[in-house]
Amino acid sequence: MFSTKIKESLIRILGNEFVCDDTETCITYSYDATPLYQELPDGVVFPKTTEDVQKILRLANEHHIPVIGRGSGTNLAADTVPHQGGMVMVMTRMNNIVEIDQENLTITVQPGVLTQAIHEAVEANWLFYPPDPSSMKISTIGGNIAEGSGGLRGLKYGTTRDYVLGLEAVLANGEVIRTGGKLVKDVAGYDMTRLLVGSEGTLAIITEAILKLIPLPETRKTMMAQFNNIDSAARTVSAIIAARIIPCTLEFMDQRTIQVVEDHAKIGLPRDMAAILLIEQDGSPSIVEDDLKKINQICLDFGSVHTHVAQNLAEGTKLMAARRNALSALARCRPTLILEDITVPRSQIATMVKIITDIADHHQLTICTFGHAGDGNLHPTILTDARDSLELPRVEKALADIFAAAIRLGGTITGEHGVGLAKAPYLEWKVGHAGYHALHAIKKALDPTNLLNPGKIFRS
Amino acid sequence: MSTNPWNDLEETLRQTLDEEELTRCMRCGFCLPSCPTYQESGKEAASPRGRIALMKAIHDGKISPDPTFQKQMNYCLGCRACEPACPADVRFGHLLEQSRAAITSHVPTPLWNKLIRRLFFHTLLPHRSRLRIVAVLFFVYQQLGLRTLFLRSGLAKKILPSHLLHMDKALPLASHRGVRERMKTDFHPAHGVAIGRVALFPGCIMDVLFPQTNTHTVQILQAAGYDVILPNKQPCCGALHAHAGEEKKAHQLAKENIDLFLKMDIDWIASNAGGCGAHLIDYPYLLKNSPQWKAFAHSFANRVKDISELILAGRPLTLHPLQQRVTYQSSCHLQNGMKVEKEPLNLLSLIPKIELVELAESERCCGSAGIYNLTHPHTSFHILDEKMERIRHTQANTIVTSNPGCLLQLTIGIHRARLQNQLRALHLIDFLMESMKAETSTDSASETPIKNY
Repeated sequence: MFSTKIKESLIRILGNEFVCDDTETCITYSYDATPLYQELPDGVVFPKTTEDVQKILRLANEHHIPVIGRGSGTNLAADTVPHQGGMVMVMTRMNNIVEIDQENLTITVQPGVLTQAIHEAVEANWLFYPPDPSSMKISTIGGNIAEGSGGLRGLKYGTTRDYVLGLEAVLANGEVIRTGGKLVKDVAGYDMTRLLVGSEGTLAIITEAILKLIPLPETRKTMMAQFNNIDSAARTVSAIIAARIIPCTLEFMDQRTIQVVEDHAKIGLPRDMAAILLIEQDGSPSIVEDDLKKINQICLDFGSVHTHVAQNLAEGTKLMAARRNALSALARCRPTLILEDITVPRSQIATMVKIITDIADHHQLTICTFGHAGDGNLHPTILTDARDSLELPRVEKALADIFAAAIRLGGTITGEHGVGLAKAPYLEWKVGHAGYHALHAIKKALDPTNLLNPGKIFRS
Repeated sequence: MSTNPWNDLEETLRQTLDEEELTRCMRCGFCLPSCPTYQESGKEAASPRGRIALMKAIHDGKISPDPTFQKQMNYCLGCRACEPACPADVRFGHLLEQSRAAITSHVPTPLWNKLIRRLFFHTLLPHRSRLRIVAVLFFVYQQLGLRTLFLRSGLAKKILPSHLLHMDKALPLASHRGVRERMKTDFHPAHGVAIGRVALFPGCIMDVLFPQTNTHTVQILQAAGYDVILPNKQPCCGALHAHAGEEKKAHQLAKENIDLFLKMDIDWIASNAGGCGAHLIDYPYLLKNSPQWKAFAHSFANRVKDISELILAGRPLTLHPLQQRVTYQSSCHLQNGMKVEKEPLNLLSLIPKIELVELAESERCCGSAGIYNLTHPHTSFHILDEKMERIRHTQANTIVTSNPGCLLQLTIGIHRARLQNQLRALHLIDFLMESMKAETSTDSASETPIKNY
């Protein structure tokens, strides 16, 4: 609960309806999509304007109340769990698309706009905003920016990071900064835009964003390739890239995932295969046609035992159903699903998948791996039960082993979900002692009183 | 039992909420965009994920239920749109009914509320003959000038809240004669060699307000090659009871229906109301704690089919051209409960010359949701007005649906949007019948015998 004085001040800023500290509200803003993490906030506020955010932050600063920015709460690293209490600041009321600029090819949005709504708005104008995190139907662009979200199209088009041109943000002291702009080139000072992307709400609250758009690709085509050993699948991925072809999607599923998906969705997947690749190319029809022909040949040359090229969009959608069904299928196996997002250099995919299988066997756990093979971003998914006190410690150990292995192979502990609370203990493994202190120095400089999302990214 | 009803509620919730369902929610949030009340309020507590978090907090002993919990459970439409959106297959409908049942049995309600519930759920709905008496009274009110007098005198505006006024205007003429009274006998043979035997589940609201639709259902089933049996004294399916937390009555009605239909020599039980059908197929879950009923409930549920599934599986109907622009609004429980999505559209597309236009967000609830438009008129009509805007956008002149509640709500929507002259709402079955009866000439649409309610 807020103290009476704080609550009155907040109500003066936002009105009664948008300041809540009742039990019901506190319970329902005590979690995000990360299993095993839950903590009650003191209360929840729903600002409507940048000025609201400024006033709230000044008040929070004055009274040392932690502020946790939140969109739709789909984060997978417990980044929006208020684990030190404080005030959850929900940005979903700031949900206007401010402008689509056809001359500069940009869209300006408030943070609470759903990512899917951005896709729909720009595609109606034959423009394209490529980042497509799996949660985009409900996740907000503010959350995507704060987490530096990825998605299936990362290999060819990059991630959220590559499409943010400028930001308006409120610092912990209540001051507003504007970074970047509708500019392709801008080297005036440090790149604050890129610093704020992926800052997980620990440096500032983002209140507006200018995003880069590109022309909408004319068409796309899908294919599937099956492999009876994982090395051939991994070598195929490298060979496709080496042949100077960058597909827009290059997805991978291991045997355990294939079997679980087939058990659940019965779409005719080969249960005996070690891996399948789902590949999609977009662009002009002739290039797409040509690329798919070449990719198909490479798959066969590198040991695919069966390939299938979709003849039309509907057939392509059917092929991609295997990948889209993966999360549902896995979620139905056991009550708790822990979805990780380590990333390794593309050339290390086969090694990493084999290590994960060994780790699963060693700790007697079920771990299914699927992911974005093209950019080396894998989703080892641990199927467990939060109520199983004997299994959970083994899950913790397996996670640590997986992170260590990824780093050993030149990879990272998180490719697209963020560090948050869940991976804070492992950050130093990736960035090193000096690196950790450099990051912390930035945090201290911009948020000296540790007001914004405390305890996230850095160990408390 | 303690003296504090909220403590008793807490105890019951802990015992009856399905722990497996609660644990299966992985809080991914994929249900949020599908939830009408989350869209309305923007508050997590009014989302399926939020409601489950509240139930789980009570179940785990972290919080105690209070009036805000009760309010939140009642604010939910129960449309179950969150179920197809859920990767983990959490059956939110079950959790909601468990919560509401616990609330109904412990939390004291005001006397007027108790009396209305008693009248509606116990005195009227389970007894067809009593419903008919109400229908007669209502018919008298509608026909003998009383309604006109009431509406014109200005008295209606004074004493009726505006939502009831709209509802009164939209209600079709009630009938004291249901399908069985209209069709005289209880057996109606297939045209030609029978491909199966079907018992019609006539429903309560359907048989009082839309008996013509039931008659058409029988006729179309005959044409599709089914022998049709009309059961005598079919009890209410109990869906409204279960949704409202009247659990015991719901159990009793389920058992009565199972008894009645399993005695009959039939292959299928045909439902033409999504709300009834979805509840009928859920009898095994409803009676999960009565082991002696398990096999019977499964045998019953396996026979229940939506009318559109049976027609598509039957002999092709002779459908004449209808030159009309038509769109389709799904019944939530047909879609999310019975999982019947494409069949009604496939049937419509068989009608020659029809111009079938897709309704944007047709999977979203129209706000009818059982008696939600009576209990939460503000939210219900806000959702409805948005729906009407989408329908207006299709420029259709007929909106087809497959549940009596939706049909009434959409008719109210047509009145609210003042579209009476260009748009009508029809049950899928009545529209099919219109096509079967249509002259082969193409301008038949304008002469259609079916009344716009």
